[in-house]
Amino acid sequence: MAKSKKNSVNRRGFLKGAAVGAAAIVAGQNANAQTAPAQTAQTRAATALPSAGLARVETAAPPAADVYTTDRPGSDFMIDVIKTLGIEYVAANPGSSFRGLHESIINYGGNKAPELLTCMHEESSVAMGHGYAKIEGKPLMVMAHGTVGLQHASMAIYNAYADRVPVYIVLGNILDGQWRRSDVEWAHAVQDCAAMVRDYTKWDDSPISLSGFAESAIRAYKIAMTPPMGPVVLIADAVLQEEPVPDQDRARLRVPKLSPTTPPAGDTGGVNELAKLLVAAENPLIVAGRPARTPNGLKLLIELAELLQAPVIDRRQRMNFPTQHPLYGSGSLAEADFVLGLEVPDFYQVIHAQTPVNKMGMESRLLTKPTAKLATLSTVDLLTKANYQDFGRYNEVDLAIGADAEATLPSLIEACKKLITSDRRRAFDARGARYAEVAKQNQARSLQDAAWGWDTSPITTARMSAEIWNQIKGEDWSLVSDVVFQSFWPTRLWNFTKHHQFIGGHGAYGVGYGAPAALGAALANRKYGRLTVNIQSDGDLNYAPGVLWTAAHHKIPMLNVMHNNRSYHQERMYVADMAARAQRDVSRVGIGNDITNPNVDYAMLAKAYGMFSVGPIENPAELGPALKRAIEVVKRGEPALVDVVSQPR
Amino acid sequence: MKKLLLAGALIAPMIAAAQTAPANTAGNATNGKQLFMEKNCYYCHGTTGQGGRDGARLTATALNADGLIRYVRKPAGAMPAYTEKLISDQELRDVLAYLKSLPAAKAPKDIPLLNQISEK
Repeated sequence: MAKSKKNSVNRRGFLKGAAVGAAAIVAGQNANAQTAPAQTAQTRAATALPSAGLARVETAAPPAADVYTTDRPGSDFMIDVIKTLGIEYVAANPGSSFRGLHESIINYGGNKAPELLTCMHEESSVAMGHGYAKIEGKPLMVMAHGTVGLQHASMAIYNAYADRVPVYIVLGNILDGQWRRSDVEWAHAVQDCAAMVRDYTKWDDSPISLSGFAESAIRAYKIAMTPPMGPVVLIADAVLQEEPVPDQDRARLRVPKLSPTTPPAGDTGGVNELAKLLVAAENPLIVAGRPARTPNGLKLLIELAELLQAPVIDRRQRMNFPTQHPLYGSGSLAEADFVLGLEVPDFYQVIHAQTPVNKMGMESRLLTKPTAKLATLSTVDLLTKANYQDFGRYNEVDLAIGADAEATLPSLIEACKKLITSDRRRAFDARGARYAEVAKQNQARSLQDAAWGWDTSPITTARMSAEIWNQIKGEDWSLVSDVVFQSFWPTRLWNFTKHHQFIGGHGAYGVGYGAPAALGAALANRKYGRLTVNIQSDGDLNYAPGVLWTAAHHKIPMLNVMHNNRSYHQERMYVADMAARAQRDVSRVGIGNDITNPNVDYAMLAKAYGMFSVGPIENPAELGPALKRAIEVVKRGEPALVDVVSQPR
Repeated sequence: MKKLLLAGALIAPMIAAAQTAPANTAGNATNGKQLFMEKNCYYCHGTTGQGGRDGARLTATALNADGLIRYVRKPAGAMPAYTEKLISDQELRDVLAYLKSLPAAKAPKDIPLLNQISEK
């Protein structure tokens, strides 16, 4: 890049010029104050006109000092570094502490790879990254103020951390107090930005030079992407961003090569031991949390389950296993003599039942036979911190392999194959036939259950799911919302077979994740031409509904179907439990939980943000045609929303 | 807690006496519907008792009034116990009348969308 000697100034020159310029402005302001009393009321009313003093300053000969320009702010180099990482998007709500980076992205970087996404809340920015990474398999970048922006973002960071999803967060901060120009900049500055989120991020750094930024930026990406993955935080000091790259540094600044770390795979001894347990078991059961990081993980888990004819309980935290496979959900903990947990973050809770809130005491009851063997293959053991308790109860298992399940499955499959004799093969086939029959019965029961309340208003979540399925079944679709709030109807009725068809849920159950994470996933799906479907809880959308505008503005196609039960329903049930326990008025528990009086008109809300919308739909017979209209819009490359007034769950 | 149990012990004979009083065994379905909503039964069981993740299907339940009352007073699983103080036996008979008044589901084969799924 050519350097403009005429306009470029070093810091000393800028300070000198600033001093002269400031004096001129002060003089002008004084003149303005002196002339103000002479102004007529008419002149004061016409505030668009400059005052006499201001006009004099603006029309006088310019001061002799140089103006402050530069052809090479530090933020340009920062963008050079970011571009080597292949990051496609930067999600940000604008903030002055990263204005240098902002400008470099849109002008120096051409607003391409990364492209700036305008977000209306930092929580939305991070949650978009959360959803995006679960489809695309890599992070997008988030920019935020190191103080107020990060405070907004923190819950979404915790969700991503608990879900072991990489998000690449760059925070602006003015570390040196001598560079803070106002009370705002003092209030927005912090000694240690990342301290607030250090308990739930994988790594952070505050480099104080551009070469340090380059190394830390590459290291941050590498750490975020190594399983167990997680959010990372990098501080881009505002002075480093905005000041010119010193002449003496320009030639020697370089971007280190990214050296990705391979995922940790299980050691041979542990894998062989696990294979022995699996092959010897009469009723092995696989519990899948997040083993399928990629489409290959899904393929490998199918291969393992079919090899052993072992049923899979899918915790629905990723798209781990086809929902209509004969081995899907057809086994049970009660009959299992061996249970393998694959990347299950809450394995203890899976194999135990806790005393419900309506019963006395607080006990855990083991759901397996006492003699059942237990094993885990997971990176959960490789990233445990102390303060936040997402690590759950301690697991007493017979074998714990601390490794990435997807990376270990190939060697586990090979080890099992070596141990399977023809006798075992016959036994496996026999139990496979039994589980296939159970799966068939499960599917028939799902259909029968869905028929109850079919024509009811508010619309049942089963009917809503069936109507959506009817519209999308012939498309390359992707469901980017959790199914827990709809009584799991999508996974009970739809035929999930591909990795991008489901992304799991919140991670830490922090509400407000749903809408922005779905949008991030839709963004990732856009280039593949997939039909993205988001079944959107009403309470969740109300945390930061500005994501609807972000979707419309950036033309991110997605079908949003409001699951509008007009309440924070989970909490309503909990308060009902408390009222019943205290034998007090259960009819009052909607207070503080219901989202009624007035009802929120989500179709109108979407329209206000520039999104096509239909609803509220209360008559189930009208739902199919409404969905069809909305999908036509989505297929044109735009987002759409259908507001469905629905049953609680 | 002990006081509560003691109070419960004293109240129990009174409840038993009340139970022996003549009751409308048929129940009032209209009142039952109102109670089903007001007492928030629908939170877990759905407005037409269709059931869901958090509660069993109640439409076309095989329970009779005694069975329903017994269950509601001392439920299994995660359902909170609704004592006489929260809903009376007669009110539960009304709730049952409402549930019995609801139509049974069609067979999936008679619902085109569900039939399509079953024929995939």
